[in-house]
Amino acid sequence: MKVTLHIWRQSKKSTKADFAQDGKMVAYELEHVSADMSFLEMLDVLNEQLTKKGEDPVAFDHDCREGVCGSCGVVIDGVPHGPERGTTTCQLHMRSFRDGASIYVEPWRAAAFPVLKDLVVDRSAFDRVVQSGAFVSVNTGAPQDANAIPVPKADADRAFDAATCIGCGACVAACKNASAMLFVGAKVSHFLHLPQGRVEREQRARRLVAAMDAEGFGNCTNQYECEAVCPKEIPVRVIAEMNREFVRSKLVEEPPSTKRVGGDG
Amino acid sequence: MKLDSKIPGGPIQEKWDARKFETKLVNPANKRKYKVLVVGSGLAGASAAASLAELGYQVECFCFQDSPRRAHSIAAQGGINAAKNYRNDGDSVWRLFYDTVKGGDFRAREANVYRLAQLSVNIIDQAVAQGVPFARDYGGLLDNRSFGGAQVSRTFYARGQTGQQLLLGAYAALSRQIGLGAVKMFPRTEMLDVVVVDGHAKGIVVRDLVTGEIRSHAGDAVVLATGGYGNVFYLSTNAKGCNVTATWRAYKRGAGFANPCYTQIHPTCIPVSGDHQSKLTLMSESLRNDGRVWVSKKQGDKRKPADIPDAERDYYLERKYPSFGNLAPRDIASRAAKQVCDEGRGIGDTGLGVYLDFRDSIQRLGKDAIAARYGNLFHMYAKITAEDPYSQPMRIFPAVHYTMGGLWVDYDLMSTIPGLFVLGEANFSDHGANRLGASALMQGLADGYFVIPYTIAGYLAGQKAGAVKPDHPQFGKVAGEVAAMTKRFLSINGKRTVDDFHKALGRIMWGKCGMARNEKGLGEALREIPALREEFWKDVKVLGGDLSLNQSLEKAGRVADFLEFGELLCRDALERRESCGGHFREEWQDDGEARRDDENFCHAAVWEYAGEGKAPVRNVEPLEFENVHLAVRSYK
Repeated sequence: MKVTLHIWRQSKKSTKADFAQDGKMVAYELEHVSADMSFLEMLDVLNEQLTKKGEDPVAFDHDCREGVCGSCGVVIDGVPHGPERGTTTCQLHMRSFRDGASIYVEPWRAAAFPVLKDLVVDRSAFDRVVQSGAFVSVNTGAPQDANAIPVPKADADRAFDAATCIGCGACVAACKNASAMLFVGAKVSHFLHLPQGRVEREQRARRLVAAMDAEGFGNCTNQYECEAVCPKEIPVRVIAEMNREFVRSKLVEEPPSTKRVGGDG
Repeated sequence: MKLDSKIPGGPIQEKWDARKFETKLVNPANKRKYKVLVVGSGLAGASAAASLAELGYQVECFCFQDSPRRAHSIAAQGGINAAKNYRNDGDSVWRLFYDTVKGGDFRAREANVYRLAQLSVNIIDQAVAQGVPFARDYGGLLDNRSFGGAQVSRTFYARGQTGQQLLLGAYAALSRQIGLGAVKMFPRTEMLDVVVVDGHAKGIVVRDLVTGEIRSHAGDAVVLATGGYGNVFYLSTNAKGCNVTATWRAYKRGAGFANPCYTQIHPTCIPVSGDHQSKLTLMSESLRNDGRVWVSKKQGDKRKPADIPDAERDYYLERKYPSFGNLAPRDIASRAAKQVCDEGRGIGDTGLGVYLDFRDSIQRLGKDAIAARYGNLFHMYAKITAEDPYSQPMRIFPAVHYTMGGLWVDYDLMSTIPGLFVLGEANFSDHGANRLGASALMQGLADGYFVIPYTIAGYLAGQKAGAVKPDHPQFGKVAGEVAAMTKRFLSINGKRTVDDFHKALGRIMWGKCGMARNEKGLGEALREIPALREEFWKDVKVLGGDLSLNQSLEKAGRVADFLEFGELLCRDALERRESCGGHFREEWQDDGEARRDDENFCHAAVWEYAGEGKAPVRNVEPLEFENVHLAVRSYK
């Protein structure tokens, strides 16, 4: 099959709030595309051709190419990760497009995710949110036996469903407010449903929400675009859980010192 | 090259306790004076960085991905072994030790494997405490399943995403230390050389992949947790970024490289669909708990699988290995698949494939039960092939998956360069010639959480903290060499792309040093690879500049190293004149079963770099089996 690609090309890191100043859409014709190719393999073919012609290949993040590392992700025809539900860009195949299609490919767009080059964005804001409190404060050592605390299967399954988040950022890219609440809610939900995580629930809710706001992510206005594009189909209930936990944390007195210390703290 | 394995004395059950007691300690006030550089943020790297920071060391951690959470450990599917014996089915530390030594075809170091089996139980406890959501039964306790090469159920799992959940646990622990300021994290940063001062590893030179800046980082010890080299075959189940660069450049600075020819070909991967193929996708070994592997008894049978009656099917693993059946170990199952395809009984358009069929288990347990166990894997299969594995069997074929070889390390996980430690898949230590399923996660985490925090102290206690600074002339020299290499790639401006060379190398490696190897093919490979390498340095085309994000340049560096490393791999395969585990030499077989030569090859081969253009030196570490009797490995 044959496709016309319109791809966002940007040579330097985003500087302005008005992204249109930073780059532009460029059209490429691509022939002999196989329906069995993944979307990224199709971009590989384009890049091989561009390189041979002496044109700079299109930069895009990718690694595992099996839908779990969360590296890849582009907006395809206006939809993060493209037309297939529950599918990362690397798992999307060209059989999902018709012969002769024009395909528009853009990076995630969010103030908290500046574009570094072409389709590559900086998602380190997600890491900083996690660093603020998406963990159980347990050191490596000799905890009790793994079976000492039974966890009801339903709870473990709910925690697992939230924990399958791959941190790709599609939820932010899909949201008109560039909200990260599906991502952050998934972290809250994961730990909320496990006894090991419940110990620090108030502190976690406070810190994650504060970190999310500090990174410049917007708020949720209940459009559920995030859930629709999430390749792991994380449900929006995690946002409700996060909101509940945040409100709950306000009702519980903060400990006298929340100062954090390094090392073995 | 001196190879002192430093295995503690005494009975095998007491060796690790003895080492922990005899190793020097660094007192808490002094720990913060030492800086440890951890390269890689997968299971081994993230767990090491977090654990060392918790102890009080200053830690800097580096990964080439945009976030430490994306290291390829994330893609491990099936599970993690641990000798918990929660099933009451006869498991024990000793049995896990025995299975692993046997599974590795008696080419691993006994003492290391025993320690691994001992530590396996702590890993599960640690992961649960971190909030890793393992699968549980209705009583709320942890569930298990079976994996290849074992007759007990000792594999803990989180649906088909066990690696993801364990890595996110280690990433959470690492993130906590980053947030506390105890670890300084450098994502999108690639290590390009190790800096050795007065014989000790004292730092690394890295390239910032966003700005292109070449930087020096000094430390009191360097920990490499940079994964395996499967991508030397181009097509493998590894992530696209996986590479040999860190370990290869350490080798060129004096670290011995052990057993590079031990490569694991995983039996159940989705077959290649065309020339555009950029990687292969694994279908977890856990599927063989419920899936049955078969081909038609007839050659060239083009009927649809549903039209082939049971009597005309050859469930060849069940037939050949009745006591392990479909759960025969990976090397054996891969070779058996190759054999039926060589006989002309392979399936699909290419004839390079076999069926993995869930018909019987769906009939027995229902579709829902199968979906609960393997839902994400079936989904992934359907996405890639556009076929529904619930209604027709999966098509599978072996593919490169894991590499047992790696930098040589002693019992303390230190390489032949003092101060350079190597963890996880990057080292050679625990899996011998074949790794059993669900043992990679176990090894990565054992090394990072429970071994390195003890053994590194023994080294650091003898070192003056902060003795070497980044302004030491050796850093300038190495950084200069790295920058020169980068500029050289950009200056060639030939006609062929980096991927083109990588694919050509992959074809040589898979064709002549893949599932079966022989003297003639390896001889050819050893002529073809240097020729291809020469061509690469004359005709590669790398566009763009060095001081910016340049993915072609990143790939060029990795492929240049693969073009050197591939030759060493083939040389090792040629010199190991026996068959063992994943290394199958056609000249040494009994009816398709590997024939070891314990008299001449019961050792680890450790290669020593001798300089540009010179043949590397082959050293040996003899392997002694005092606790497991050397025997023909049988799964019949």
